Amino acid sequence: MLLTAVLAPFVLALFAPAVRRVAGPATGWLLALLPAALTAYFAGFLGAVSAGDPVSFSTPWIPSLGIHLSFYVDGLSLLFALLISGIGTFIVLYAATYLSNHADLGRFLMFILMFMGSMLGLVLADNVVTLFVFWELTSITSFLLIGFNHTSERSRRAALQALVVTGGGGLALLAGLLLMAQAGGAMELSTLLQSGDLLRDHPHYMAILVLVLIGAFTKSAQAPFHFWLPNAMEAPTPVSAYLHSATMVKAGVYLLARVNPGLGGTEVWQTVLVVFGAVTFLIGAFLALKNTDLKFMLAQTTVASLGLLVFLIGLGHELALEAAMAYLLAHALFKGGLFMVAGCIDHGTGTREVWRLSGLRTAMPITFAAGALAALSMSGLPPFVGFIAKEFVYKGTMGELWPLAITGVAILGNALMFAVAFLVGFKPFLGAPSETPKHPHEGGPGLWLGPLTLAVLGLLAGLFSGVPEALLVGPAVWAVGGTQVPVDLYLWGGFKTPLFLSLATIALGALLFWKAQAISNAMATAFAKIGNIDRGYDRFLDALVGTARAVTARLQTGTLRHYLLVTLAVVAVVLLLPMTLMGDLSVSVPLPRTDFYIWGIALLALAGGLAIAVSRSRLIAILSMGVLGMAVALIFVLFSAPDLAFTQLMVETLSVVILALVITRLPIYRSDWRGWPTAVRDGTIAVAVGVGFTLLLLSVTGRPLDLTLSEYFAARSYTEAFGRNIVNVILVDFRALDTFGEIAVVVIAGVAVLSLLAMGGRRLAQTATTSDPAVPSGQTAPVTNDEKDAR
Amino acid sequence: MNSLILRTATPFLVGLTVLFSIFVLLRGHNVPGGGFIGGLVGASAFAIYTINEGVAATRRAMIAHPVAIAGFGLFIAGLSGVASLVFGDAFMTGQWWFPAFAPDLKYLSTVVLFDIGVYLVVVGAIVAIIMGLEETE
Repeated sequence: MLLTAVLAPFVLALFAPAVRRVAGPATGWLLALLPAALTAYFAGFLGAVSAGDPVSFSTPWIPSLGIHLSFYVDGLSLLFALLISGIGTFIVLYAATYLSNHADLGRFLMFILMFMGSMLGLVLADNVVTLFVFWELTSITSFLLIGFNHTSERSRRAALQALVVTGGGGLALLAGLLLMAQAGGAMELSTLLQSGDLLRDHPHYMAILVLVLIGAFTKSAQAPFHFWLPNAMEAPTPVSAYLHSATMVKAGVYLLARVNPGLGGTEVWQTVLVVFGAVTFLIGAFLALKNTDLKFMLAQTTVASLGLLVFLIGLGHELALEAAMAYLLAHALFKGGLFMVAGCIDHGTGTREVWRLSGLRTAMPITFAAGALAALSMSGLPPFVGFIAKEFVYKGTMGELWPLAITGVAILGNALMFAVAFLVGFKPFLGAPSETPKHPHEGGPGLWLGPLTLAVLGLLAGLFSGVPEALLVGPAVWAVGGTQVPVDLYLWGGFKTPLFLSLATIALGALLFWKAQAISNAMATAFAKIGNIDRGYDRFLDALVGTARAVTARLQTGTLRHYLLVTLAVVAVVLLLPMTLMGDLSVSVPLPRTDFYIWGIALLALAGGLAIAVSRSRLIAILSMGVLGMAVALIFVLFSAPDLAFTQLMVETLSVVILALVITRLPIYRSDWRGWPTAVRDGTIAVAVGVGFTLLLLSVTGRPLDLTLSEYFAARSYTEAFGRNIVNVILVDFRALDTFGEIAVVVIAGVAVLSLLAMGGRRLAQTATTSDPAVPSGQTAPVTNDEKDAR
Repeated sequence: MNSLILRTATPFLVGLTVLFSIFVLLRGHNVPGGGFIGGLVGASAFAIYTINEGVAATRRAMIAHPVAIAGFGLFIAGLSGVASLVFGDAFMTGQWWFPAFAPDLKYLSTVVLFDIGVYLVVVGAIVAIIMGLEETE
């Protein structure tokens, strides 16, 4: 059932474009039914979960590897699942109105629904592999959503950047999760995280921690990976409201909260999370004030909020976790709402520049109401849920870990957020009406319903704080903390330190708001002078591509000689190095049979080999190779391998014919001249390969052979396949599928050689007269195929 | 190629070699031989023919384009594997037919068909390459 709930958005996504074609303006209302139903479905879990009974479901996927599609609903997953499906309902509705004239709205809604399914799977997953799969799906769907305006280059760059950063983190996370599963001896998170100090005391704890943190920090845009999130604002506003405030970027926070019972609480965990979180918090809050575009301001405050959450989880004690979960809820409500308000303003006026907007209150009263309520919650004023969250943040920061510094950071950050909240939620609506590109007007109910509902919920959650406390925040805190502690959310905490800190925050925030434009300008000029990490990202990618190009140019020279040189040198090293290092060189050399004709054949082979080495004429070298090959065929005959001898004989014959044709027909230099240094180098490699193979064969034949397979085939060749020639029976019956693959390769190679000859014949003839005689580049390429084919 | 001896011998040599290649192909199930070796022998026959009589003559002699022959061989080999599916066995399980008039023949099978496919692939591909090279001047 839970699996159905997770997969349902994916199924609906398939039909979204069709629904759009059929339903037209009603698309949003129709498609929003599913997330609404999912919200109701998840709400059905509230009873059991708030009573402290998590629910789990499991479907086998790859049971032999311990991988199941297993899901686990506890307070934390449920809080997230409700936010995803609940806010998702309004986002679908909002997007359908916001992009109602867009030709690709159907595709957009398809991506949004796919993303919703991925996100639900991520927060509900119990199995680490399931978690990873959905984690990657959120990265991919978010790539599609950010790059939705794919004709814009900035969009494409932002999409790719988000994918590179979060996808790279995802790889680290995969390693971390698998290491964790191995260390803990279980694939299910619910089992792993209840194993007490097992993971914390494990020798691989540091590796696990670093890998998981890279995954979480990239996803949740923690410094120094914070640059991708503001760039992702290239996406249409519904995406920003959904992915970049309430859901996807919180996946990293979710992960940290999820693994807290198993990995958290150590000194490293605390230090890293608190320091990175605090730095991100301040960077985000300052950059928010620097920006002048409503959406970018909100994006930066999201970075700041994520930093705050990471830092609270890092502190890790009860009050900090309470603050984190309360803030998580409050933030999803006010930030989702404010993003949609920013979208409404953009939609209604045609601009998002905060200093160009004012006096919209008469033209857009409902949007103003939503924006004001959400902004009051964000700025942390009573009686909104944002106020409760902020009070608890202060309670949480006054713990044992650097109380003064941390509280200072919190006050500064919150004051900045206060200023930004007023800039976004009040500034555009108050004052004298301004000139805007479009005549300001209110959008349809699809636009304002979402932000208004979220903002009102933020107020209600503050007024009746007992409800979220018992149903959402409490169970979530239990899940993160690992124990069921009493959780109490309240508006009025008495005249105590947190209240005074709040007052200080408001005062400082009001001051910042008053001076906002001056600060913004000052910061813009300052930042123009110093570089930023975004440019660093470009440089990093350029360097990566440049290195790849240089390496490729060095390795893929197009010269057959060079390829052979590298391949054979590697073969020599691979053969000789392990034998030397492992001291496996002392193989007993069996005394060869001393019949005179065997010596004769050996001498023949040797003569052929020497002739190849010393001959200047390539034609003679080819013929000498034929001599060598024939000698080998004779050896096969003598050691009773008639099939092998027969094949060898034919292959040698045809090789000589084909190579002779290549030499005489293609414009290749017929003489082979190399200077002393080259000759020494090539000779060394050749001797090393030869010695290596000889030693390998000696050591292999010096050991008893495992005859199981040979005996199996010998026994069954005639009884089951009615053939006495075992080699052929294996080729065409027992292992016919292998042979089928091989003859397919033969056909392809034949076609490839023909097309190379057809395409390149003329061009090669031209280049042969101009290129350097020592490097007959390209011309020899057909030879490789000939040789491969003939063998 | 201007060797009088070779030119005189070519028709006999080529005919015998092709015949021999088919013999090698068919005997392969019980004694040394089989599709791959047979194909190599057959290809060398056409190589001699091409070198002496030219590409155009070989093309006439072979009727079909060598690549088409190779493709047809691959097709036959694949088809012989599909036959087993009809009888409910896994892909490429050998199927035998023991006709009533010769119950001890043990020869009419999809396995032999597969081997013929291998033969055609090898002959076609190698002759295609030789002809392609011979044409490039």
